[in-house]
Amino acid sequence: MRSNGLLVDVKGVDKVFRRGAERIRVLRGLDVEIPEGEFLALMGPSGSGKSTLLNLIGGLDRPSAGQVRVAGLRIDNLSNRKLASWRARHVGLVFQFYNLLPVLNAARNVELPLLLTGLKSKDRKRRVETALSLVGLSHRLKHYPRQLSGGEQQRVGIARAIVTDPTLLLCDEPTGDLDRKSGDEVLELLQTLNTEQGKTIVIVTHDPHAAARASRTLYLDRGRLSEEPVE
Amino acid sequence: MKYLGLILSNLKRKKLRTALTALSILVAFVLFGFLAAVRVAFSQGVAVAGVDRLVVRHKVSIIQFLPASYGDRMHQLEGVDLAVHATWFGGIYQKPSNFFAQMPVEPEPFLDMFPEYILDPEEKAAWLATRTGAIVGRVTAERFGWKIGDRIPIQATIWNKKDGTRAWEFDLVGIYDGAEKGTDLSGFFFRQDYFEEARAWGEGNVGWYYVRVKDPDQAAQVAQAIDAEFANSPAETKSEPEGAFVQGFANQVGNIARILTAILAAVFFTILLIAGNTMAQTVRERISELAVLKAVGFTDRAVLGLVLGESCLLTGIGGLLGLALAWVLITVKGDPTGGAFPVFYFPIPDLVIGIFLVVVLGVVAGILPSVQAQRLQIADALRR
Ligand SMILES: Nc1ncnc2c1ncn2[C@@H]1O[C@H](COP(=O)(O)OP(=O)(O)OP(=O)(O)O)[C@@H](O)[C@H]1O
Ligand SMILES: [Mg+2]
Repeated sequence: MRSNGLLVDVKGVDKVFRRGAERIRVLRGLDVEIPEGEFLALMGPSGSGKSTLLNLIGGLDRPSAGQVRVAGLRIDNLSNRKLASWRARHVGLVFQFYNLLPVLNAARNVELPLLLTGLKSKDRKRRVETALSLVGLSHRLKHYPRQLSGGEQQRVGIARAIVTDPTLLLCDEPTGDLDRKSGDEVLELLQTLNTEQGKTIVIVTHDPHAAARASRTLYLDRGRLSEEPVE
Repeated sequence: MKYLGLILSNLKRKKLRTALTALSILVAFVLFGFLAAVRVAFSQGVAVAGVDRLVVRHKVSIIQFLPASYGDRMHQLEGVDLAVHATWFGGIYQKPSNFFAQMPVEPEPFLDMFPEYILDPEEKAAWLATRTGAIVGRVTAERFGWKIGDRIPIQATIWNKKDGTRAWEFDLVGIYDGAEKGTDLSGFFFRQDYFEEARAWGEGNVGWYYVRVKDPDQAAQVAQAIDAEFANSPAETKSEPEGAFVQGFANQVGNIARILTAILAAVFFTILLIAGNTMAQTVRERISELAVLKAVGFTDRAVLGLVLGESCLLTGIGGLLGLALAWVLITVKGDPTGGAFPVFYFPIPDLVIGIFLVVVLGVVAGILPSVQAQRLQIADALRR
């Protein structure tokens, strides 16, 4: 494992959305470098483009201009198919509203990304159990999302994100829908994954309390990042 | 295979909707099966008609008689192997709805003409020895629970007896089976000599003739020769291959096959809309879930496959159960008219077509929603 190498390198990225005739330039020549093993918090006002940036880093969307490199690979010009398999191998995603599939139980939700690997059913099962025990939910394998609390659902979401052992963990407001206590548990978990497993993590958050857990905080405003909050 | 679980779980999401959709597909395929069976019931005569057999009838219409003496004259024509006559009896057994064909024939040549009627040699001998004897096909025998030795009373509608009554009685001496699946096992045949002696009128006349030609390739020429032989006589003839004759009969009933096809087309169009609507709804409800699948690394094509697979599984469950149910009902319960159809079975080619239709239905119903799922942009879809 390379330590303190550069994992994410975003250079001169523009992102323009069209809304009817209107063009909204959300990111303007944005640069950011994320070293391997970092726990980075992204803050900024609503609508500033935090989710947009996270999507670009995770290969869920493409920049209008500029480059996105992850672990040395330019992902902004990969074909859709290549990008999908790149995501499967390198990115774990955690969403504000958990986005679990309601028709699958916790174990089957966590197994989902493993279906894309060549792993046998038995090995998948073992990995699922490991991931769920890491998030402290070994006793909830057969529960469906609606039978779990918000905090538990989010921990299933984190298990799903880490089950493939991705290079990068991207979390968009992971505690945004949770009460303080569950939120803290989730942050605790992310912090452990960072310090003990060396996972590189980017979280988007509105909560300074959450950002305080990160090793670095960046503020997004008017299309650019800065080290200091702007009023 | 590992995706099958995922597809199945999605079908279980709205159990009632899935069940109702599958049920409407099931009903459509049961109907499909029955209409296929009805269609062969109407057209089976055409399919099983011997290629070497002609039917010779009165030129004006089938209900006019031909002289019994024509048989000998036909035998003298070149290319004629055998000629036998039959006459429509049109009697009623107990009540008019118990319809089946009854005809007086001459046993030996008749059985020679129709080798597809399999009759036990002992029963044949009994028929030859019993003046009032009759034989009947297995289907009609089972329909009325007749056994050999039974006395069968039949009320005439056309043929009064010399004693002034209409009550005919026959001794059942044989029950014949079919050489093939499509063989008509509904007919009831009794002896011409008994008929001739007992009927009050029409002596010396018969309904029509069956003629077997020596060489099937010469059938058309032989038919012409027969019609030429009786041209300009009081009873001119019209000869045609047995298949055409039966078809003409079926055409009088109406163009059954076309009507059935039209009904079926309407039914299938309806279930296509139902299944398509179900699939469109299920994709619409799941936009963000489909986006999550893509986010974790499912390719666009994999997502297309999942939705299409779901559609095919939905129509597959309904359709295959429907075909199976049709098969069981048709095979076990049999003819819904209780025996008025000469044959009633689910033809294998139609079963194959049915399975093919199940697949087509699944693909067509699922194609638009699955393409929509394929095209979904993750970032957009996650914002909804
Ligand atoms: N697909 C899209 N089409 C049009 N406009 C978009 C699209 N995605 C984002 N935007 C716009 O880009 C801007 C940034 O959106 P984004 O979701 O990145 O903000 P955010 O910082 O994550 O906000 P929040 O804190 O509310 O989640 C917003 O003005 C949004 O309306
Ligand atoms: Mg956001």
